[in-house]
Amino acid sequence: MIRDITLGQYYQTDSVVHRLDPRVKLIATLLFICSLFVVNQAAGYVVAVVFLALAIRLSHVPFRFMVRGMRAILFLLVLTFGFNLFLTPGEAVFQVWKLTVTREGITMAVKMAVRLSLLIIGSSVMTLTTTPNNLTDGLERLLKPLQKLRVPVHEIAMMMSIALRFIPILLEETDKIMKAQTARGASFDEGNLLQRAKSMVPLLVPLFISAFRRANDLAMAMEARCYRGGDGRTKMKPLHYEKRDYLTYVVLLAYFAVCIVIGRIMPWGRIF
Amino acid sequence: MEIIKTENLVFDYIRRDEEGNVEGITTAVDNVNLEVMPGDFIAVLGHNGSGKSTLAKHFNAILMPTEGTVWVDGMDTGDADRLWEIRQRAGMVFQNPDNQIIGQVVEEDVGFGPENMGVPTKEIWERVEESLRAVGMYEFRKYAPNKLSGGQKQRVSIAGVLAMHPKCIVLDEPTAMLDPGGCREVIRSVRALNDVERVTVILITHYMEEIVYADKVFVMDGGRIAMQGTPREIFSQVEKLQELRLDVPKVTLLSHELRKSGLPLPPGILTVKELVGALGALYSGRK
Repeated sequence: MIRDITLGQYYQTDSVVHRLDPRVKLIATLLFICSLFVVNQAAGYVVAVVFLALAIRLSHVPFRFMVRGMRAILFLLVLTFGFNLFLTPGEAVFQVWKLTVTREGITMAVKMAVRLSLLIIGSSVMTLTTTPNNLTDGLERLLKPLQKLRVPVHEIAMMMSIALRFIPILLEETDKIMKAQTARGASFDEGNLLQRAKSMVPLLVPLFISAFRRANDLAMAMEARCYRGGDGRTKMKPLHYEKRDYLTYVVLLAYFAVCIVIGRIMPWGRIF
Repeated sequence: MEIIKTENLVFDYIRRDEEGNVEGITTAVDNVNLEVMPGDFIAVLGHNGSGKSTLAKHFNAILMPTEGTVWVDGMDTGDADRLWEIRQRAGMVFQNPDNQIIGQVVEEDVGFGPENMGVPTKEIWERVEESLRAVGMYEFRKYAPNKLSGGQKQRVSIAGVLAMHPKCIVLDEPTAMLDPGGCREVIRSVRALNDVERVTVILITHYMEEIVYADKVFVMDGGRIAMQGTPREIFSQVEKLQELRLDVPKVTLLSHELRKSGLPLPPGILTVKELVGALGALYSGRK
């Protein structure tokens, strides 16, 4: 049923990683992605893989959920792999038709593929263990310093969470409008691409109108409940760091330091 | 002192064309005077376009009067400095439950009002628990709003207003989009609030059945107050209600017809139970 859809890809279970402060997870993901570009040799990637494996293990999320995120970028992955494989100049290993595979090409292709996969799996660990709501809260707090630069951080976070709240409602509405239009003879899955795009118009117009009406109602309801922006607002679920969060920061720093050390000591090397 | 008082309240909707010239004026509320005492259960009745929702939006300072004044707990709604205080005193529940729930989890939505008011975190939790218990939705506190039924969503909205500790709750057709079961749930919660918590309730509706329990009823027509009185006084004037295009409850209609054909029943019967009682008394009197 459409009302049962889960937002984002949060995997409901209880683990240390789930309980971590969202800020820690956001920063960890960022650091992990940076670390992938700091290291450039087999040893470095081994460290990254071990670190990630540990995080996955602690998160109690089945590995297949992590891989699920990969499906979306499979095409990109294959493309990068192919380009790097065939288009890197260097010492030729073998030739297929007009394309030459070089030793450097193989190295580069494998490296990029490993980087990309780790990057995606790494961010999946965050999205799988953090509710969208929590993530928004974390972002709001992390970006708070930007408020001094007049960036409307609270407003952006509020918009994000309202958007998340309304996704299932609008989906349900789309379904309803679709059925109503089908009942009156519209078809949404026939014809070529252009015809299909055209058939979306009678779906999108009513959807937009109703979305605006809802937005208007919601704004009124929010004002009626004394909403007046982020100033002077208290939090029902304020974020505060626990011991485990500090501990995670320490582990993270240690990991990042190791990555930098490996990246520095070992020169631009070959993986094989 | 009255919790809500209006004096010669007039509100005009002004339609403008693209250049901003006035195209037409519709007077939605026309010279309304009413007083609501603390602890009352007030019903405002009227068919579509009678101005009842427009009137309701004045009690929460969402709309400002074109002419006249509205006082909420002694504060003039035109006083911009006390706007938030007014909105906290007089909470408002709207028609569509989907368009007024902000949180992604029930408890977070109930906490939204107190958060805006700057209530300390610990107290927010106390208020959320107490409000959810008052409407019987405490077991659902961890649910996502879109997994609830319409009646349940509307009760969450009521809890959300209750958590702001208002003196008065204005409900603008809270049952218009619900099925009969949902309607009963909501009306039961509202009555409990009025009875147990002594919150003043102003219920805007076009369902006659819902006003039976009210202390006082205002019937609106064309922006004016056409009738006012206790439900019994209102329902004893069946012809006038029909003239105002309002559906009289079936029991009231039946007893009215019986009376017209000569049966000596008391006027303004509101419930089946009452009618059965009256008929029983009549029957045993005959014997």
